[in-house]
Amino acid sequence: MLFTSYSFIGFIGIVFLLYYTLPRSWQWPLLLAASYVFYFIASPSYLIFIGATTVSAYVVSLRLDALKEEQDAYIKANKGTLTREEKKAYKASVKARQWKWLLLCLLFNLGILAVLKYTNFVIANFNGILSAFGSGGQISFVDLVLPMGISFYTFQTMGYIIDVYRGTSRAEKNLFRLALFVSFFPQLVQGPISRYHDLARSLYERHDFNTKTVSYGLYRILWGYFKKAVVADRILTAVNTIIQDPDTYQGGFVFVGMMFYALELYADFTGGIDITIGIAETMGITVTENFQRPYLSKNIKEYWNRWHITMGTWFTDYIFYPISVCKPMLRLSRFSRARFGDIIGKRVPVYLSSFAVWFTTGIWHGASWNFIVWGLMNFVVIMISQECEPLYQKFHNKFDVKENKWYGFIEIIRTIFLMSSLRMFDCYRDVPLTFRMFGNMFTHFRLRDLNAEAFLGLGLTGADYVLLFVCLILLVSVSLIQEKKGSVRDLIYAAPELCRYAVFFLLILAVVIFGAYGIGFDQSQFIYNQF
Amino acid sequence: MDALLEILTNLHPEVDFETCSTLVDDKIIDSFDIVTIISEINEEYDVVIPAEEIVPDNFNSAQALYQLIQRLEDE
Amino acid sequence: MIKRKRLPGWAGKAALFLAVLLVTLFFLQRLLMPKYMSDIVEGALTAEYYEETTEHEVLFVGDCEVYENFSPITLYEEYGISSYIRGSAQQLAWQSYYLLEDTLRYETPKAVVFNVLALKYDEPQSEAYNRMTIDGMKFSKTKLNAVKASMTDRENMLDYIFPILRYHSRWSDLSGEDVKYMFRKDKISHNGYYMRIDVRPVKEFPEPDILADYTLGSYAMGYLDKMRELCEEKGIALILVKSPSLFPHWYDEWDEQIAAYAKEYGLDYFNYEKLADAVGIDYNTDTYDAGLHMNLAGAEKLSGYFGQYLKENYELTDYRDDPQYQEVYAEKIRFYEDMEAAQRKELEEYGEIVSY
Repeated sequence: MLFTSYSFIGFIGIVFLLYYTLPRSWQWPLLLAASYVFYFIASPSYLIFIGATTVSAYVVSLRLDALKEEQDAYIKANKGTLTREEKKAYKASVKARQWKWLLLCLLFNLGILAVLKYTNFVIANFNGILSAFGSGGQISFVDLVLPMGISFYTFQTMGYIIDVYRGTSRAEKNLFRLALFVSFFPQLVQGPISRYHDLARSLYERHDFNTKTVSYGLYRILWGYFKKAVVADRILTAVNTIIQDPDTYQGGFVFVGMMFYALELYADFTGGIDITIGIAETMGITVTENFQRPYLSKNIKEYWNRWHITMGTWFTDYIFYPISVCKPMLRLSRFSRARFGDIIGKRVPVYLSSFAVWFTTGIWHGASWNFIVWGLMNFVVIMISQECEPLYQKFHNKFDVKENKWYGFIEIIRTIFLMSSLRMFDCYRDVPLTFRMFGNMFTHFRLRDLNAEAFLGLGLTGADYVLLFVCLILLVSVSLIQEKKGSVRDLIYAAPELCRYAVFFLLILAVVIFGAYGIGFDQSQFIYNQF
Repeated sequence: MDALLEILTNLHPEVDFETCSTLVDDKIIDSFDIVTIISEINEEYDVVIPAEEIVPDNFNSAQALYQLIQRLEDE
Repeated sequence: MIKRKRLPGWAGKAALFLAVLLVTLFFLQRLLMPKYMSDIVEGALTAEYYEETTEHEVLFVGDCEVYENFSPITLYEEYGISSYIRGSAQQLAWQSYYLLEDTLRYETPKAVVFNVLALKYDEPQSEAYNRMTIDGMKFSKTKLNAVKASMTDRENMLDYIFPILRYHSRWSDLSGEDVKYMFRKDKISHNGYYMRIDVRPVKEFPEPDILADYTLGSYAMGYLDKMRELCEEKGIALILVKSPSLFPHWYDEWDEQIAAYAKEYGLDYFNYEKLADAVGIDYNTDTYDAGLHMNLAGAEKLSGYFGQYLKENYELTDYRDDPQYQEVYAEKIRFYEDMEAAQRKELEEYGEIVSY
């Protein structure tokens, strides 16, 4: 069920009605049932995988908790007799046993993910190597299912199990509650990747019907649909026309495609997340924000703190920090300092763990070199900008532009261009083509190519462009209001009551009329050729 | 504490670490800074700050960080 | 004492809001639906039936081979027969069945004439043509069944129940016509007959393809069965016809199957392709698109010939004597003749027909 399908809208409608009509104590079990039904409709076979992940996390988290309790009891019982060293050694031994359980759980679940998602990618590369060495032999691809949202729920569950291991979360004693955390349907398909202690707070609580919360949720859902159906799905046509035909669309159109894709991805992804968070909100559940107006970032680091936030913090907390502060890394850092001096030594942990983070970020997005190179390009850009920091400082010391509005604007535009050009890896077929098209964008840029006729050839009409332009202004305005004044919904609620209804009214009509859904009406298909 | 302040000041000379208590919350120090700080602390105090201790509460001020170091030294 | 739960204050407002929203959407739906008042007028055929004030003793169902080839006005003028054509562009067998079922909700004719060409299609064909046939039907269980039988893979029942979901994207194509015809449409047909008076003589047609299987599909034939059973149940005579046309090709193998079917169930079946000479069809003067469909001259010849058969074999009322019908048909005939004259004028002026 796609978010933009009638069946999904019907599905959330039914869940919503049941949620507030059934006894309150049934609320979270209802959500669990709904999530499993949702998943079952997608494909019954997926249930095996999500079930395996849930049960393994459940068993291991209980084990981790039990070990912790055992340790506490032992230390308490032997408080008087244990020396500090003995206590330390005992704790270390418990930690080691916990570590084994954690590792087992991680390997099992990440193993499932890796096998399902990357087997064919590995085979393809292996075949490439084989043929490079002139071997005629090729391994055939295997037919594997890729359960919907597996990357998201696996990461979310692994975050939970690591939190239990670290002691920052207690283990969930109820299997069904854990199952809901893993499978909560609004966020199953595309995140956000929630943390257990964030989501659990409101997920299992009983929620009474509250008009304000429900209205806020509905506003958010409608806004999400607006972004997705009116903007993203409309401009998608033009994006596809450009990127699927790189021979025709060169130079200036590479740039146009890049910027259109930036808008499409933004509207699609943030719109989807708005729908997710909005659905949860109508049911009184708070889901972590995943975006914070990323296109208003002034540099790439800030951008990554505002775009797909839950993924970024996941990688920071569970990959970046553990790698950069683990003992071998610290030893390596010391060694490098002694060997190569402070300047290099200091950088070793940051560089190595950043590399690991961006490599995994890339491959997490998809099993292809495009994504890996995209991830590593992000790494390169971030490191360059990190190294240039002193230069910026000097510049800013000399010219006092930091508070200048226009300078800030230029920084924002620069960041948008930068991030958009990196995303070209997302668009073009393979890595060499992407690099070629990036170069082509500059070498073949001719302003006269960008004429009205060419734009109309992208599959959008003049009316579509006008509509998109109006939407763009609306999106930017809403972002700026949020940035400067905070919640737009608070403003709507502060205005006269009629405004609340008017906003609902306009949003619903806008989505119904201007949404790019369904079978488009095209006079040409009626051309009377035979009958 | 002085050694810690020196580490921090070397990283961000413009910040007054003795008074600031929102280092993480206000994004004054980022993840790169934290890693650098941890590796410097490891040099200076021979203390390993494990990943699970990297939470905003422990890094928001020099004081909090110092307490963390002392706690870890004690263990 | 009955404990009454008081509705919260917002409920009334929400209900009012919903009412306003639904009314607005209804008007927008009316505005956005295609009106079929120019260019492709065939889309307006289905709905026009509901405007009828008199009964019909003969009902034609089928695709363009009925609504372009039979003229109920001629049948009335020559024989006093009251008839109606429920036909539309590429109307498939199941759609003909459901339009028959729909018509029987309002009246029971004495004879139903089904043109068999559509039996060559055994599965849903085109979303656009589905819409032209079905959108005009009044909402009923029959309509829903017609949708169910007709939908192609990409279609959704909801798009038929709430056509705004289908036609919303016409916002950028709206014209004055959409406002003008929001609630009232002009009449474009003559009891379901679509008039064309221009002439395009026949030309060469490519040799028909050789088919792997000449058996008419079971889905389509199943609906022929249903049509027959429905007629039997209501005591209506079912007549099968194949209109005179040179393209698309009506294979002899198909003809034999229909003839055998007619024989088995004691139905009349006339293949006017083979009877073209008897009818007097001249493909050089009687078709407006080079042999595919009849023009007015052809349709009137065919109607005259077929009317004779109807008159002789069924006890049909001569409505020329009925004052109520006289009045109604005087109006219909005036419209018929006006349109003919208007088309002649256009033909003289532009050399082709532009507005019909």
